[in-house]
Amino acid sequence: MHAQLNCRKIVPGIGISKALVTHNVINFLAMVDTKSAIIIDKHHELYGKSIKDIILVFPNAIGSSVGAYAIYSLKINRVAPSAIICINNADIITASGCAISDIPLVDKLEKPSSFILESEMEICVDADKELVIIKTV
Amino acid sequence: MYLTRDEEKSLNGENGETMASAYKILLAIGMATGAEKLVPIKWAHISGVNYNTIGDAGVEFLEKFSRGAKVAVRTTLNPMGFDRNKPVNLPEIFTDQQMRIVRSYEKMGTTPSFTCIPYEIFDIPNRGSAVSFAESNAALYSNSVLGLLTNKESSLSALASSVTGKAPYSDLRIKEFRHPKVTVKSTVKLSTEVDYGLLGYFAGKMVNDTCIAFDDMKEKIGMINMKSLSAAIGTSGICGMFTSEEKTNEVISYGREESNTTKDEINTAEDGDIIVFGSPQLGINEINFLSKLVESKRFLKRCMVFCPRAVYNQAANTGLIDKIQKSGVEFICDSCTCLTPLITRNDFDSVITNSIKGAYYLNHSNRIGVALKDMKSIVKEYTD
Repeated sequence: MHAQLNCRKIVPGIGISKALVTHNVINFLAMVDTKSAIIIDKHHELYGKSIKDIILVFPNAIGSSVGAYAIYSLKINRVAPSAIICINNADIITASGCAISDIPLVDKLEKPSSFILESEMEICVDADKELVIIKTV
Repeated sequence: MYLTRDEEKSLNGENGETMASAYKILLAIGMATGAEKLVPIKWAHISGVNYNTIGDAGVEFLEKFSRGAKVAVRTTLNPMGFDRNKPVNLPEIFTDQQMRIVRSYEKMGTTPSFTCIPYEIFDIPNRGSAVSFAESNAALYSNSVLGLLTNKESSLSALASSVTGKAPYSDLRIKEFRHPKVTVKSTVKLSTEVDYGLLGYFAGKMVNDTCIAFDDMKEKIGMINMKSLSAAIGTSGICGMFTSEEKTNEVISYGREESNTTKDEINTAEDGDIIVFGSPQLGINEINFLSKLVESKRFLKRCMVFCPRAVYNQAANTGLIDKIQKSGVEFICDSCTCLTPLITRNDFDSVITNSIKGAYYLNHSNRIGVALKDMKSIVKEYTD
Protein backbone atom coordinates (compact mmCIF):
# COMPACT_ATOMS: atom_id res chain seq x y z
CA MET A 1 0.00 0.00 0.00
CA HIS A 2 1.12 3.54 -0.65
CA ALA A 3 0.03 6.91 0.56
CA GLN A 4 0.66 10.00 -1.52
CA LEU A 5 1.16 13.58 -0.45
CA ASN A 6 1.27 16.55 -2.79
CA CYS A 7 4.23 18.91 -2.60
CA ARG A 8 5.98 21.63 -4.60
CA LYS A 9 9.04 21.00 -6.79
CA ILE A 10 12.10 23.17 -6.11
CA VAL A 11 14.93 21.00 -7.51
CA PRO A 12 13.99 18.18 -9.93
CA GLY A 13 14.82 14.50 -9.55
CA ILE A 14 13.75 11.39 -7.66
CA GLY A 15 15.08 10.10 -4.32
CA ILE A 16 14.09 6.86 -2.56
CA SER A 17 15.15 6.00 0.99
CA LYS A 18 14.17 5.99 4.65
CA ALA A 19 12.97 9.26 6.14
CA LEU A 20 14.80 11.08 8.90
CA VAL A 21 12.43 13.64 10.38
CA THR A 22 13.20 16.61 12.63
CA HIS A 23 11.26 19.68 13.61
CA ASN A 24 14.48 21.54 14.41
CA VAL A 25 15.99 23.97 11.89
CA ILE A 26 19.54 23.32 10.65
CA ASN A 27 22.54 25.64 10.29
CA PHE A 28 24.45 23.55 7.73
CA LEU A 29 27.72 25.41 8.30
CA ALA A 30 27.79 25.03 12.07
CA MET A 31 25.82 21.84 12.76
CA VAL A 32 26.86 19.29 10.13
CA ASP A 33 30.21 17.53 9.70
CA THR A 34 30.51 17.54 5.90
CA LYS A 35 32.93 14.58 5.84
CA SER A 36 30.68 12.16 7.74
CA ALA A 37 27.25 13.84 7.35
CA ILE A 38 26.79 13.55 11.12
CA ILE A 39 24.89 16.28 13.02
CA ILE A 40 27.40 17.61 15.55
CA ASP A 41 25.29 20.14 17.47
CA LYS A 42 24.62 18.70 20.93
CA HIS A 43 21.38 20.62 21.27
CA HIS A 44 19.92 19.36 17.98
CA GLU A 45 17.25 16.66 17.89
CA LEU A 46 19.36 14.75 15.33
CA TYR A 47 22.63 14.99 17.33
CA GLY A 48 24.89 12.05 16.45
CA LYS A 49 22.73 10.94 13.50
CA SER A 50 23.91 10.84 9.90
CA ILE A 51 21.97 12.50 7.07
CA LYS A 52 23.76 10.36 4.45
CA ASP A 53 21.55 8.53 1.90
CA ILE A 54 18.30 9.33 3.70
CA ILE A 55 15.32 11.56 2.93
CA LEU A 56 15.92 14.53 5.20
CA VAL A 57 12.63 16.03 6.40
CA PHE A 58 13.16 19.32 8.26
CA PRO A 59 11.58 22.81 8.49
CA ASN A 60 14.26 24.91 6.76
CA ALA A 61 17.91 26.01 7.02
CA ILE A 62 18.99 29.02 9.09
CA GLY A 63 22.06 31.16 9.65
CA SER A 64 25.18 31.37 7.55
CA SER A 65 24.89 31.95 3.82
CA VAL A 66 27.82 29.52 3.39
CA GLY A 67 25.52 26.65 4.38
CA ALA A 68 24.89 26.17 0.64
CA TYR A 69 28.52 25.08 0.17
CA ALA A 70 28.17 22.68 3.11
CA ILE A 71 25.33 20.92 1.23
CA TYR A 72 27.52 20.78 -1.90
CA SER A 73 30.43 19.38 0.15
CA LEU A 74 28.18 16.56 1.39
CA LYS A 75 27.48 15.68 -2.26
CA ILE A 76 31.15 15.76 -3.31
CA ASN A 77 32.08 13.68 -0.23
CA ARG A 78 29.39 11.15 -1.25
CA VAL A 79 27.47 11.53 2.00
CA ALA A 80 24.54 13.68 0.83
CA PRO A 81 20.88 12.93 1.58
CA SER A 82 19.00 11.13 -1.26
CA ALA A 83 16.42 13.92 -1.27
CA ILE A 84 15.28 16.76 0.99
CA ILE A 85 11.79 17.79 2.06
CA CYS A 86 11.34 21.20 3.68
CA ILE A 87 8.29 21.10 5.93
CA ASN A 88 7.85 24.88 5.67
CA ASN A 89 9.04 26.88 2.70
CA ALA A 90 12.34 25.82 1.18
CA ASP A 91 14.88 28.55 1.96
CA ILE A 92 17.54 30.07 -0.30
CA ILE A 93 20.44 28.22 1.38
CA THR A 94 18.87 24.78 0.91
CA ALA A 95 17.48 25.53 -2.57
CA SER A 96 20.80 26.81 -3.98
CA GLY A 97 22.84 24.04 -2.30
CA CYS A 98 20.53 21.33 -3.65
CA ALA A 99 20.38 22.91 -7.14
CA ILE A 100 24.13 22.74 -7.61
CA SER A 101 24.35 19.26 -6.05
CA ASP A 102 21.40 17.75 -7.97
CA ILE A 103 19.69 16.73 -4.72
CA PRO A 104 15.91 16.53 -5.34
CA LEU A 105 14.17 19.13 -3.15
CA VAL A 106 10.47 19.68 -2.48
CA ASP A 107 8.54 21.81 -0.01
CA LYS A 108 4.99 22.84 0.99
CA LEU A 109 4.05 19.29 1.92
CA GLU A 110 0.32 18.70 2.05
CA LYS A 111 -0.72 17.96 5.63
CA PRO A 112 -3.63 15.53 5.91
CA SER A 113 -4.56 15.28 9.56
CA SER A 114 -4.62 11.45 9.49
CA PHE A 115 -1.03 11.11 8.39
CA ILE A 116 2.27 12.41 9.70
CA LEU A 117 5.69 11.61 8.28
CA GLU A 118 7.90 9.73 10.70
CA SER A 119 11.52 8.63 10.72
CA GLU A 120 12.25 5.15 9.33
CA MET A 121 9.29 5.27 6.92
CA GLU A 122 10.20 4.22 3.37
CA ILE A 123 9.68 7.25 1.15
CA CYS A 124 9.96 8.16 -2.51
CA VAL A 125 10.34 11.85 -3.32
CA ASP A 126 9.34 12.41 -6.93
CA ALA A 127 10.03 16.11 -7.36
CA ASP A 128 9.17 16.01 -11.07
CA LYS A 129 5.63 14.80 -10.36
CA GLU A 130 5.43 16.91 -7.17
CA LEU A 131 4.62 13.83 -5.10
CA VAL A 132 5.92 12.30 -1.88
CA ILE A 133 4.99 8.59 -1.87
CA ILE A 134 5.03 6.72 1.44
CA LYS A 135 5.16 2.94 1.65
CA THR A 136 2.65 1.75 4.25
CA VAL A 137 2.13 -1.73 5.62
CA MET B 1 8.86 31.37 -12.92
CA TYR B 2 9.02 33.24 -16.23
CA LEU B 3 12.39 33.24 -18.00
CA THR B 4 13.14 35.31 -21.12
CA ARG B 5 14.30 33.44 -24.21
CA ASP B 6 17.90 34.45 -23.53
CA GLU B 7 17.68 33.30 -19.92
CA GLU B 8 16.16 30.01 -21.06
CA LYS B 9 19.02 29.54 -23.55
CA SER B 10 21.61 30.15 -20.83
CA LEU B 11 19.84 27.66 -18.55
CA ASN B 12 20.04 25.08 -21.31
CA GLY B 13 23.80 25.53 -21.63
CA GLU B 14 24.03 27.61 -24.80
CA ASN B 15 26.33 30.10 -23.04
CA GLY B 16 28.45 27.49 -21.32
CA GLU B 17 28.38 25.46 -18.13
CA THR B 18 28.97 28.35 -15.72
CA MET B 19 25.98 30.33 -16.97
CA ALA B 20 23.87 27.16 -16.96
CA SER B 21 24.81 26.54 -13.30
CA ALA B 22 24.07 30.16 -12.43
CA TYR B 23 20.57 30.03 -13.95
CA LYS B 24 19.92 26.64 -12.36
CA ILE B 25 20.59 28.25 -8.96
CA LEU B 26 18.45 31.32 -9.75
CA LEU B 27 15.59 29.10 -10.93
CA ALA B 28 15.67 27.03 -7.70
CA ILE B 29 15.77 30.04 -5.37
CA GLY B 30 13.20 31.81 -7.53
CA MET B 31 10.80 28.88 -7.14
CA ALA B 32 11.54 28.64 -3.40
CA THR B 33 10.74 32.30 -2.84
CA GLY B 34 7.78 32.34 -5.26
CA ALA B 35 9.31 34.74 -7.82
CA GLU B 36 7.53 35.43 -11.08
CA LYS B 37 10.66 36.70 -12.89
CA LEU B 38 14.27 37.82 -12.55
CA VAL B 39 15.20 41.51 -12.19
CA PRO B 40 18.49 43.38 -12.71
CA ILE B 41 20.60 44.09 -9.62
CA LYS B 42 23.17 46.84 -9.00
CA TRP B 43 25.61 45.01 -6.71
CA ALA B 44 26.45 41.48 -5.58
CA HIS B 45 28.30 40.65 -2.36
CA ILE B 46 29.64 37.11 -2.18
CA SER B 47 30.33 34.97 0.89
CA GLY B 48 32.23 31.70 0.84
CA VAL B 49 35.73 33.13 0.49
CA ASN B 50 37.41 31.75 3.63
CA TYR B 51 38.75 28.22 2.93
CA ASN B 52 37.53 27.12 6.37
CA THR B 53 33.94 27.79 5.27
CA ILE B 54 33.81 26.17 1.81
CA GLY B 55 36.48 23.46 2.02
CA ASP B 56 38.00 21.45 -0.83
CA ALA B 57 34.66 20.95 -2.57
CA GLY B 58 34.25 24.73 -2.73
CA VAL B 59 37.80 25.28 -4.03
CA GLU B 60 37.23 22.86 -6.92
CA PHE B 61 33.76 24.23 -7.66
CA LEU B 62 34.98 27.84 -7.89
CA GLU B 63 37.93 26.95 -10.11
CA LYS B 64 35.58 25.36 -12.60
CA PHE B 65 32.91 28.06 -12.26
CA SER B 66 35.38 30.94 -12.73
CA ARG B 67 36.60 29.56 -16.06
CA GLY B 68 33.24 30.25 -17.67
CA ALA B 69 32.12 33.76 -16.74
CA LYS B 70 32.99 37.27 -15.59
CA VAL B 71 30.94 39.30 -13.14
CA ALA B 72 28.22 41.41 -14.77
CA VAL B 73 27.84 43.90 -11.87
CA ARG B 74 30.02 45.30 -9.08
CA THR B 75 30.85 42.26 -6.95
CA THR B 76 32.55 42.53 -3.58
CA LEU B 77 33.98 39.68 -1.49
CA ASN B 78 33.62 38.51 2.10
CA PRO B 79 36.73 38.00 4.31
CA MET B 80 39.24 35.23 3.56
CA GLY B 81 41.18 33.16 6.11
CA PHE B 82 44.20 35.35 6.92
CA ASP B 83 45.95 38.70 6.38
CA ARG B 84 47.85 38.64 3.08
CA ASN B 85 50.36 41.22 4.32
CA LYS B 86 51.40 39.34 7.44
CA PRO B 87 53.40 36.16 7.94
CA VAL B 88 50.99 33.45 9.05
CA ASN B 89 51.63 30.34 11.03
CA LEU B 90 49.15 28.16 9.15
CA PRO B 91 49.51 24.76 7.45
CA GLU B 92 50.64 25.06 3.84
CA ILE B 93 47.54 23.22 2.69
CA PHE B 94 45.42 26.03 4.13
CA THR B 95 47.32 28.89 2.51
CA ASP B 96 47.54 27.02 -0.83
CA GLN B 97 43.83 26.24 -0.97
CA GLN B 98 42.96 29.77 0.23
CA MET B 99 45.00 31.33 -2.58
CA ARG B 100 43.31 29.07 -5.16
CA ILE B 101 39.98 30.55 -3.99
CA VAL B 102 41.33 34.11 -4.20
CA ARG B 103 42.64 33.50 -7.73
CA SER B 104 39.29 32.09 -8.89
CA TYR B 105 37.43 35.17 -7.68
CA GLU B 106 40.12 37.41 -9.20
CA LYS B 107 39.67 35.70 -12.56
CA MET B 108 35.96 36.53 -12.50
CA GLY B 109 36.70 40.23 -12.04
CA THR B 110 35.46 40.65 -8.47
CA THR B 111 36.67 43.48 -6.20
CA PRO B 112 39.09 41.97 -3.64
CA SER B 113 37.49 43.77 -0.70
CA PHE B 114 37.68 40.85 1.79
CA THR B 115 35.14 42.48 4.04
CA CYS B 116 31.84 41.55 5.65
CA ILE B 117 30.88 45.25 6.01
CA PRO B 118 30.81 46.38 2.34
CA TYR B 119 28.13 48.92 3.34
CA GLU B 120 30.75 50.90 5.31
CA ILE B 121 33.28 51.03 2.47
CA PHE B 122 31.62 51.33 -0.92
CA ASP B 123 29.26 53.92 -2.45
CA ILE B 124 25.70 52.95 -1.64
CA PRO B 125 23.18 52.82 -4.52
CA ASN B 126 19.96 54.83 -4.16
CA ARG B 127 17.35 53.59 -1.69
CA GLY B 128 15.06 51.13 -3.41
CA SER B 129 17.84 49.61 -5.57
CA ALA B 130 17.86 45.81 -5.91
CA VAL B 131 21.12 44.11 -4.84
CA SER B 132 22.14 40.54 -3.99
CA PHE B 133 23.90 40.19 -0.66
CA ALA B 134 25.04 36.93 0.84
CA GLU B 135 26.69 37.51 4.26
CA SER B 136 23.71 37.82 6.52
CA ASN B 137 24.79 40.90 8.52
CA ALA B 138 25.25 42.86 5.28
CA ALA B 139 21.85 41.78 3.94
CA LEU B 140 20.10 42.74 7.19
CA TYR B 141 21.90 46.06 7.57
CA SER B 142 21.34 47.03 3.92
CA ASN B 143 17.63 46.19 3.94
CA SER B 144 16.89 47.69 7.35
CA VAL B 145 19.14 50.76 7.51
CA LEU B 146 20.08 51.65 3.93
CA GLY B 147 16.80 50.81 2.19
CA LEU B 148 18.42 48.51 -0.39
CA LEU B 149 16.36 45.54 -1.57
CA THR B 150 17.88 42.08 -1.10
CA ASN B 151 16.84 38.68 0.09
CA LYS B 152 19.14 36.98 2.60
CA GLU B 153 21.11 35.30 -0.16
CA SER B 154 23.34 32.24 0.06
CA SER B 155 26.97 32.16 -1.14
CA LEU B 156 25.85 30.33 -4.28
CA SER B 157 22.84 32.51 -5.06
CA ALA B 158 24.85 35.74 -4.76
CA LEU B 159 27.53 34.14 -6.97
CA ALA B 160 24.86 33.29 -9.56
CA SER B 161 23.60 36.88 -9.42
CA SER B 162 27.12 38.27 -9.85
CA VAL B 163 27.64 36.64 -13.27
CA THR B 164 24.08 37.13 -14.54
CA GLY B 165 23.49 40.57 -13.01
CA LYS B 166 20.02 39.32 -12.00
CA ALA B 167 18.12 38.02 -8.99
CA PRO B 168 14.60 36.72 -8.37
CA TYR B 169 11.91 39.38 -7.98
CA SER B 170 10.52 38.01 -4.72
CA ASP B 171 10.05 38.54 -1.02
CA LEU B 172 12.22 41.42 0.33
CA ARG B 173 12.86 42.71 -3.21
CA ILE B 174 9.16 43.58 -3.48
CA LYS B 175 8.13 46.65 -1.49
CA GLU B 176 4.72 45.21 -0.52
CA PHE B 177 6.38 42.24 1.17
CA ARG B 178 8.75 44.29 3.30
CA HIS B 179 6.34 44.34 6.24
CA PRO B 180 6.63 42.41 9.52
CA LYS B 181 3.93 40.15 10.97
CA VAL B 182 5.51 39.81 14.42
CA THR B 183 6.93 42.39 16.83
CA VAL B 184 9.56 41.63 19.45
CA LYS B 185 8.97 43.94 22.39
CA SER B 186 11.85 44.40 24.79
CA THR B 187 11.05 45.12 28.42
CA VAL B 188 14.71 45.14 29.44
CA LYS B 189 16.91 48.21 29.11
CA LEU B 190 19.20 47.93 26.08
CA SER B 191 22.41 49.93 26.10
CA THR B 192 25.49 48.05 24.91
CA GLU B 193 26.18 46.25 21.61
CA VAL B 194 25.94 42.96 23.52
CA ASP B 195 22.39 43.84 24.69
CA TYR B 196 21.33 44.51 21.10
CA GLY B 197 23.07 41.37 19.86
CA LEU B 198 21.29 39.16 22.39
CA LEU B 199 17.95 40.73 21.46
CA GLY B 200 18.72 40.05 17.77
CA TYR B 201 19.72 36.44 18.37
CA PHE B 202 16.48 35.85 20.33
CA ALA B 203 14.33 37.57 17.69
CA GLY B 204 15.92 35.66 14.78
CA LYS B 205 15.37 32.40 16.57
CA MET B 206 11.75 33.05 17.58
CA VAL B 207 10.36 34.66 14.43
CA ASN B 208 10.27 32.36 11.40
CA ASP B 209 9.73 35.14 8.88
CA THR B 210 11.89 37.30 6.63
CA CYS B 211 10.93 40.59 8.34
CA ILE B 212 10.75 41.41 12.07
CA ALA B 213 9.50 44.50 13.92
CA PHE B 214 11.03 45.82 17.13
CA ASP B 215 9.15 47.97 19.55
CA ASP B 216 10.71 50.73 21.60
CA MET B 217 13.60 51.46 19.26
CA LYS B 218 12.42 54.84 18.14
CA GLU B 219 15.47 56.78 19.15
CA LYS B 220 18.53 56.33 17.00
CA ILE B 221 20.44 53.39 18.44
CA GLY B 222 23.67 54.12 16.56
CA MET B 223 25.59 52.27 13.90
CA ILE B 224 27.58 50.02 16.26
CA ASN B 225 24.42 48.64 17.88
CA MET B 226 22.69 48.31 14.49
CA LYS B 227 25.61 46.18 13.24
CA SER B 228 25.50 43.94 16.29
CA LEU B 229 21.73 43.55 15.99
CA SER B 230 21.95 42.75 12.24
CA ALA B 231 24.69 40.15 12.66
CA ALA B 232 22.91 38.38 15.53
CA ILE B 233 19.52 38.20 13.77
CA GLY B 234 21.28 36.74 10.73
CA THR B 235 22.94 34.03 12.82
CA SER B 236 19.89 32.47 14.42
CA GLY B 237 17.19 32.44 11.74
CA ILE B 238 15.94 33.22 8.25
CA CYS B 239 15.08 36.88 8.80
CA GLY B 240 16.63 39.38 6.36
CA MET B 241 15.17 42.66 7.58
CA PHE B 242 13.97 44.51 10.67
CA THR B 243 12.00 47.68 11.19
CA SER B 244 10.85 49.75 14.16
CA GLU B 245 8.24 51.78 12.33
CA GLU B 246 5.37 49.32 12.08
CA LYS B 247 2.85 47.78 14.45
CA THR B 248 1.77 44.13 14.22
CA ASN B 249 -0.96 42.10 15.89
CA GLU B 250 1.39 39.41 17.16
CA VAL B 251 3.85 40.50 19.84
CA ILE B 252 6.58 38.43 21.50
CA SER B 253 7.95 39.71 24.76
CA TYR B 254 11.70 39.85 25.47
CA GLY B 255 12.15 40.29 29.20
CA ARG B 256 14.78 39.55 31.83
CA GLU B 257 14.19 35.79 31.63
CA GLU B 258 14.48 35.61 27.81
CA SER B 259 17.58 37.80 27.91
CA ASN B 260 19.25 35.56 30.52
CA THR B 261 18.40 32.33 28.68
CA THR B 262 19.81 33.75 25.43
CA LYS B 263 22.97 34.88 27.21
CA ASP B 264 23.42 31.44 28.80
CA GLU B 265 23.30 29.86 25.34
CA ILE B 266 25.97 32.18 23.88
CA ASN B 267 28.18 32.82 26.91
CA THR B 268 29.88 29.46 27.49
CA ALA B 269 32.94 30.52 29.55
CA GLU B 270 33.63 32.77 32.55
CA ASP B 271 36.85 34.18 31.17
CA GLY B 272 39.17 33.75 28.15
CA ASP B 273 42.79 33.49 27.02
CA ILE B 274 42.51 36.07 24.25
CA ILE B 275 40.30 39.07 23.38
CA VAL B 276 38.79 39.24 19.89
CA PHE B 277 36.95 42.20 18.32
CA GLY B 278 35.30 41.87 14.95
CA SER B 279 32.38 39.94 13.62
CA PRO B 280 31.27 41.91 11.76
CA GLN B 281 34.68 43.48 11.13
CA LEU B 282 35.22 46.82 12.88
CA GLY B 283 34.44 49.92 10.88
CA ILE B 284 35.85 53.41 11.35
CA ASN B 285 33.27 54.26 14.05
CA GLU B 286 34.28 51.33 16.23
CA ILE B 287 38.00 51.94 15.65
CA ASN B 288 37.44 55.52 16.73
CA PHE B 289 35.50 54.41 19.83
CA LEU B 290 38.18 51.84 20.72
CA SER B 291 40.99 54.39 20.33
CA LYS B 292 39.33 56.61 22.94
CA LEU B 293 38.75 53.71 25.33
CA VAL B 294 42.37 52.47 25.26
CA GLU B 295 44.09 55.85 25.52
CA SER B 296 47.13 55.48 27.82
CA LYS B 297 46.09 51.92 28.72
CA ARG B 298 47.67 48.56 27.99
CA PHE B 299 45.94 45.19 27.45
CA LEU B 300 46.82 42.48 29.97
CA LYS B 301 45.84 39.75 27.48
CA ARG B 302 46.46 39.29 23.78
CA CYS B 303 43.90 41.33 21.82
CA MET B 304 43.06 40.86 18.12
CA VAL B 305 41.07 43.35 16.04
CA PHE B 306 39.64 42.25 12.67
CA CYS B 307 38.92 45.06 10.19
CA PRO B 308 38.83 45.59 6.43
CA ARG B 309 42.10 46.80 4.85
CA ALA B 310 40.29 49.88 3.54
CA VAL B 311 39.29 50.85 7.09
CA TYR B 312 42.78 50.06 8.42
CA ASN B 313 44.38 52.35 5.82
CA GLN B 314 41.93 55.14 6.55
CA ALA B 315 42.54 54.82 10.31
CA ALA B 316 46.32 54.63 9.81
CA ASN B 317 46.27 57.94 7.92
CA THR B 318 44.67 59.72 10.84
CA GLY B 319 46.95 58.14 13.45
CA LEU B 320 44.24 55.97 15.03
CA ILE B 321 46.02 52.68 14.33
CA ASP B 322 49.20 53.88 16.07
CA LYS B 323 47.21 55.00 19.08
CA ILE B 324 45.47 51.64 19.42
CA GLN B 325 48.60 49.58 18.75
CA LYS B 326 50.26 51.28 21.72
CA SER B 327 47.78 49.42 23.92
CA GLY B 328 49.06 46.12 22.55
CA VAL B 329 46.29 45.44 20.00
CA GLU B 330 47.16 43.36 16.91
CA PHE B 331 45.28 44.34 13.72
CA ILE B 332 44.31 41.67 11.22
CA CYS B 333 42.99 42.73 7.81
CA ASP B 334 41.22 40.70 5.08
CA SER B 335 39.77 38.16 7.55
CA CYS B 336 37.28 37.92 10.40
CA THR B 337 36.42 35.98 13.56
CA CYS B 338 33.90 33.60 11.96
CA LEU B 339 35.60 30.26 11.29
CA THR B 340 39.01 31.92 11.46
CA PRO B 341 41.89 29.43 11.25
CA LEU B 342 43.90 31.81 13.47
CA ILE B 343 42.07 30.83 16.68
CA THR B 344 42.07 27.08 17.27
CA ARG B 345 41.40 24.75 20.17
CA ASN B 346 45.07 23.74 20.16
CA ASP B 347 46.07 27.25 21.21
CA PHE B 348 43.08 28.58 23.12
CA ASP B 349 40.48 27.14 25.49
CA SER B 350 38.29 30.20 25.47
CA VAL B 351 37.91 33.65 23.92
CA ILE B 352 36.58 36.98 25.20
CA THR B 353 34.47 38.88 22.64
CA ASN B 354 31.60 41.35 22.30
CA SER B 355 30.20 39.67 19.19
CA ILE B 356 27.18 37.36 19.41
CA LYS B 357 27.78 36.11 15.87
CA GLY B 358 31.50 35.59 16.55
CA ALA B 359 30.66 33.77 19.77
CA TYR B 360 28.19 31.45 18.05
CA TYR B 361 30.68 30.29 15.39
CA LEU B 362 33.68 30.18 17.76
CA ASN B 363 31.60 27.89 19.90
CA HIS B 364 29.94 25.74 17.22
CA SER B 365 32.59 25.59 14.49
CA ASN B 366 35.91 26.29 16.24
CA ARG B 367 34.68 24.47 19.40
CA ILE B 368 36.04 27.14 21.74
CA GLY B 369 34.39 28.54 24.88
CA VAL B 370 33.34 32.19 24.83
CA ALA B 371 33.07 34.87 27.51
CA LEU B 372 30.68 37.53 26.22
CA LYS B 373 31.27 41.13 27.37
CA ASP B 374 30.78 44.53 25.77
CA MET B 375 33.75 46.49 24.42
CA LYS B 376 33.75 49.09 27.17
CA SER B 377 33.70 46.43 29.92
CA ILE B 378 36.43 44.41 28.19
CA VAL B 379 38.75 47.42 28.06
CA LYS B 380 37.95 48.29 31.68
CA GLU B 381 38.55 44.75 32.93
CA TYR B 382 41.58 43.70 30.87
CA THR B 383 43.80 46.81 30.71
CA ASP B 384 45.92 48.67 33.18
